[in-house]
Amino acid sequence: MSLRDSQFGELKVPLTWTAAAALVVAAIVAAALLLTDRRETLQAEAYGAARVATDTVMAPVGEALSAPGRWTGAGIDAIRGYFFAVSENRRLKAELKEMRQWRDVALALRNENGRFRSLLGLKTDPPIPMIAARVVTDARGPFADTRIANAGREAGVHVGNPVMSEYGLVGRVIGVTGGASRVLMVTDVASRTPVMIDRTNARAILTGDGGPNPKLDYLRGQDPVREGDRILTSGDGGVVPRGLPVGFAVKGLDGKWRVVLASDKGPIDFVRILLFQDFTQVINRGELDQLEVPPPTPGPPPPVAPPTLVGPAAAPIPGAAVAAVGGAAARAATPGPAPAATTRTAAPAASANRPATPANPAARPATPSASPGTLARPPNGAAATGAATRPAAKPAAGPKPAAAAPTAPKKPPATTAGAPKKPVAAAARRDEGRSDLPREVRSQPAPSSDPPH
Amino acid sequence: MVQVVAATILLGVPLRVFGLQLPEPVFAMPVVFAWAVIRPSILAPMGILIMGLFMDLFWGGSQGLWALALLIAYGILLAGRSMMAGQSRTMLWVWYGMVAGIVELSGYLFIMLDTKTMPSLPSVGWQYLATLVLFPFAYRLIDMFEDADVRFR
Repeated sequence: MSLRDSQFGELKVPLTWTAAAALVVAAIVAAALLLTDRRETLQAEAYGAARVATDTVMAPVGEALSAPGRWTGAGIDAIRGYFFAVSENRRLKAELKEMRQWRDVALALRNENGRFRSLLGLKTDPPIPMIAARVVTDARGPFADTRIANAGREAGVHVGNPVMSEYGLVGRVIGVTGGASRVLMVTDVASRTPVMIDRTNARAILTGDGGPNPKLDYLRGQDPVREGDRILTSGDGGVVPRGLPVGFAVKGLDGKWRVVLASDKGPIDFVRILLFQDFTQVINRGELDQLEVPPPTPGPPPPVAPPTLVGPAAAPIPGAAVAAVGGAAARAATPGPAPAATTRTAAPAASANRPATPANPAARPATPSASPGTLARPPNGAAATGAATRPAAKPAAGPKPAAAAPTAPKKPPATTAGAPKKPVAAAARRDEGRSDLPREVRSQPAPSSDPPH
Repeated sequence: MVQVVAATILLGVPLRVFGLQLPEPVFAMPVVFAWAVIRPSILAPMGILIMGLFMDLFWGGSQGLWALALLIAYGILLAGRSMMAGQSRTMLWVWYGMVAGIVELSGYLFIMLDTKTMPSLPSVGWQYLATLVLFPFAYRLIDMFEDADVRFR
């Protein structure tokens, strides 16, 4: 018996009211989903099974649908290449000529960088492996800006991996499945990327808003950015590696600093997924916690100062002041010997720096008999002395010595003018001994690291 | 509904024409408008919920965002249905424009609350305009089905 023939067949419900009831139920379901959604956290577990299933299905569908477009583009490129081969050849030759000059510069810089790194014992980031993938679907609305790339778990892609086009940063992976991964573009409203301004090293957060030009939020410093400044990833927080090109700064119509993305120069069809893992993912925290902390190494006994007084009595104080107050700048300028030098100079006052002394063998050759003349003849000019030793060389009163005045009476007057110069002399002697270094490298000051903000 | 899903997928193809990206209109909007105008139904809200959820999943946005925005539009249309009955094409287009604007506004507010960021107004405006020009599809649906239902003759 059908429903129409039953006793309920004559039952008539008001259509509008039943539709309204269904609407309320559906709205409750939608609101619950929206409230429980944790997409903006960008965590792997927040991605959800429904999204994983959709991406798995949509990747091959998108690939098939985008195939005609790819073929058409390839055909047009082939025809264009045939008809414009001569002009392109000319252009490429000119470009090659310019690139050869850049190659020479790059080789020289690479060599110089390598020497600096070996000198400083600098631990740089290891090379990052990457894989190529093709974008198969494209969402570009104001509330969601994502792509699906056809490389997934089997290729080693993980949530959080940065994604680049041939021109610059595109976004990062927020979901991975077999054969596909979802890329959150830097223009998406949920995207936040730590960036820096190349010229000033100032930091900012690149905030997407669904438009083509994301904003630079939380800019710090005075006049940190100018029109046309290059924007790079800062690597802060370890989410993306440092130094990936992002774009150029422009002033928006709303008065906010925005970024013209480098990746907008061309279509985002092929991308590179950087299989980058930051150190917080790489290290074994449990193992680190179990490591025994070595006992503190006792420092050498404070040197017995000769009773001779060289120069004005106030001379050592500026050096000590720089060590105590501007220690960061001093460390940045001369990472190796400088802290040890200032420690020795200001042994009673700046005893907090003492642990650095025994660990640094460069300070050991510095004897009390090192003459000030050693500093007067640095290998290649006074520029090599670094910021830490400069105030000591100039005993004239300035703002920094004045600031250090309260510590002055505590200083023994014996370890004065010549002392801060000893490590420099020692470093100079150490470098002199290294015949493998060219004279310019030996006399160069250490490249300063990022200024503190 | 299937056509809406198909059109959404088709416009999701990464294609640039003369260096410009394809627009991304809300294809479900004409269907939502037509379903509310033709006749109230229990199935319509469920269909809208499914379409909205598909759009969220396909576009990778917050889950439930489009579903809720479209359901709000359906509710408004259901409430004002008697005012739209017998109106001219132009007036219906005006109504459609108003409701499409409410959909975009709801999405804007939800995203603002969700991500604590104001989405770009020009981007929202472009999507609104792209959705606005889809009204002929809604009108065609109304034309096809309004007179076909014998209960409303």
